[in-house]
Amino acid sequence: MIRKSHSRGRGVLAAAAVAAVAAVAPASAQETMRLGVVTFVTGAAAGPFGIPARNAAELLIEAINAGKVPEPYAAKGIGGAAVEMILVDEAGTTTQVVQEYRNLVERRNADAVVGYISSGSCLAVTPVAEELKKLTVFFDCGTPRVFEEAARSYVFRTASHATMDGVGAARYVVEKLPDVKSYGGINQNYAWGQDSWRDFNLAMQALKPGIKVTTEQFPKLFQGQFSAEISALLLSGSDVVHSSFWNGDLESFVVQQSARALHTKSRLVLTAGETAMFRLGAKMPDGVVIGARGPFGVLARKTPLNDWFRQAYHDRFNVPATYPSYHMAHAILGLKAAADKAAAAAGKRPTTEQIAKAFEYLEFEGVGTKVRMAIGKGHQAITETAYGTYKFDKSTGEPTLVDITHYPAECVNPPDGVDSVEWIKSGMKGAKC
Amino acid sequence: MIWTAILIDGVVYAAWLFIVALGLTLVFGVMKILNVAHGAFYAIGAYAAASLIGVWFAGDRPLVGGYVLLVVASLAVGLVMGTLLERGVLRLVYGRDEVVAALATYAVFLILEDFILLVWGTDPYFAGEPATALGADDWFGLAVSNYDLLLVAVAAVVGLLLWLGLNRTRTGKLLLAVIHDREMSAAFGIDVTLMFTMTFVLGAFLGALGGALTAPKISVAPGIGVEVIVLAFAVVVIGGMGSIPGAVVGALIVGLARAAAVLLLPSVELFVVYAVMTLVLAFRPYGLFARAQARRI
Repeated sequence: MIRKSHSRGRGVLAAAAVAAVAAVAPASAQETMRLGVVTFVTGAAAGPFGIPARNAAELLIEAINAGKVPEPYAAKGIGGAAVEMILVDEAGTTTQVVQEYRNLVERRNADAVVGYISSGSCLAVTPVAEELKKLTVFFDCGTPRVFEEAARSYVFRTASHATMDGVGAARYVVEKLPDVKSYGGINQNYAWGQDSWRDFNLAMQALKPGIKVTTEQFPKLFQGQFSAEISALLLSGSDVVHSSFWNGDLESFVVQQSARALHTKSRLVLTAGETAMFRLGAKMPDGVVIGARGPFGVLARKTPLNDWFRQAYHDRFNVPATYPSYHMAHAILGLKAAADKAAAAAGKRPTTEQIAKAFEYLEFEGVGTKVRMAIGKGHQAITETAYGTYKFDKSTGEPTLVDITHYPAECVNPPDGVDSVEWIKSGMKGAKC
Repeated sequence: MIWTAILIDGVVYAAWLFIVALGLTLVFGVMKILNVAHGAFYAIGAYAAASLIGVWFAGDRPLVGGYVLLVVASLAVGLVMGTLLERGVLRLVYGRDEVVAALATYAVFLILEDFILLVWGTDPYFAGEPATALGADDWFGLAVSNYDLLLVAVAAVVGLLLWLGLNRTRTGKLLLAVIHDREMSAAFGIDVTLMFTMTFVLGAFLGALGGALTAPKISVAPGIGVEVIVLAFAVVVIGGMGSIPGAVVGALIVGLARAAAVLLLPSVELFVVYAVMTLVLAFRPYGLFARAQARRI
């Protein structure tokens, strides 16, 4: 897991040091952990997702090496080793993504990999990570399939999967608009958009059986222009319009629908809306329901760790941290929690297998909420989630969320071993709200 | 009401497609080059317009200036990028196989995509003021953005100007002669090289204009040029490569077919554009308005 740099003369010293210090001792110059960080650095997903995630990785890794992260992460390094970040671009075809993963592990000798925004990347990398026996932590991708299709040994995901977003949104809608009679959707025509609509749709039907579905729009990803779709939504007379749009599509849709006042006829529910609200500011209409794929950003719980993270991020990058930054922070902190725990148990630098063992069913303090690796045989995280309603504060010029509701993890995530679609169809049996 | 929506949305989308496809079909008509870099002109036009509009509206300046800047941005991009690319790259591949030219423009497209990242970064740009300022009006019970209607008018004017320019001016007629037979035109003393440069700059300007006019409606982000080139290509193929009336009809067919799909049967929306294209090509392999192919000996 943790590689030691062998330089003549220092080897003996290092060996002595390793033997002498406690497992979670401060990192020394001789011990480094090469951590592959994969995220979109170019392409359409870079601006709203990839770059905020990369920023969070840079910030956290530097702070971890310097021992500046607040408790419970104040110990320097990961498993006692200083972290060296190897940044890799996720842009490209799935074949390229897999090839880059292999390069990262086999040529650049990464000790562990944290990454992947696209569900397609996660599905493709999973079997390779298992084959190469390399600890790999997915930080953002949403598809539930990764851990529902087979048990994994080396792959973990520290963010809840997409089911939580759909179920949370449906619960919020039914709670805030008890008289809702119909809803429609506009989602991108690929895995994420289709899964998001499926889960929201099923959850709405479970919570309000027989409620009317008006229109299901699936424009192409990156289409950018939604004139006809907005007409269809305007004509549908839906009480609620659900969208899991992200990237430029989300921002374009909000701007284009504003001109035609769709939001005054239907309540918009944007499950990934938080990534765009700071950019859009006054262009985002008040009253839109906003999600952040978990209790992140402005929906985060106020904890010392969150206060530190938000402040440090803002000081360094001059923008507020949005949820992709939180997702990245959780992946790195989860890895650190597991490696530190394994190191403490082993009394020396832990192996990959020891860290993986420690990671299973781990509970760790995230930024903004607690994370539990509770499902997918201990490899898939669940967290609570939250939704709020957008309000642009004209006096301060700040985007805010009001009417925020938190939903406990067991209320919006399926239990361990239960398929998410089956769970929603069953009326979300066993949900603890 | 649904038919009104199909008509309005179809025509609005067709207007946009027409502006974007016009430059592509013109360059192909004259130079026989499938210019993949057209998508990059579109993207750079959009970025340039968004940047200028951002600066313009940062101060309390009159709205009309914003519209002028859209055109200024496209002119600047067309003139600079068009000249550079034609003089710097394309003249090296004249006379070679058409595939070589298409590959060269594809390479330029990839380079320009990175150039955009280098200059504008990964964050999206907004330049919504020219669109939002016009608001929306009710048409048969459907709220329609006035900026979209303005685009329809602009497309009609651009199409008409280009038609007049080609058919009613001396330069236009010379250009038509080049389109018809390059070698014979050169033999009659027409400066074909100059014609090529002019056409390419005009094509680049039209591509950039498409981007600049779209910028107020969208989030200008990396990758917008890729989507456009595929759609524009479909329009041009349906209408017939190199034909301006073909571009009008192709854009209307694609626009209306898409709007009808979205409003009547959303699940076939992705499929419908290419289904129309396949259908047209099955019966007219050179497109609806393609010129008869003269046999050369």
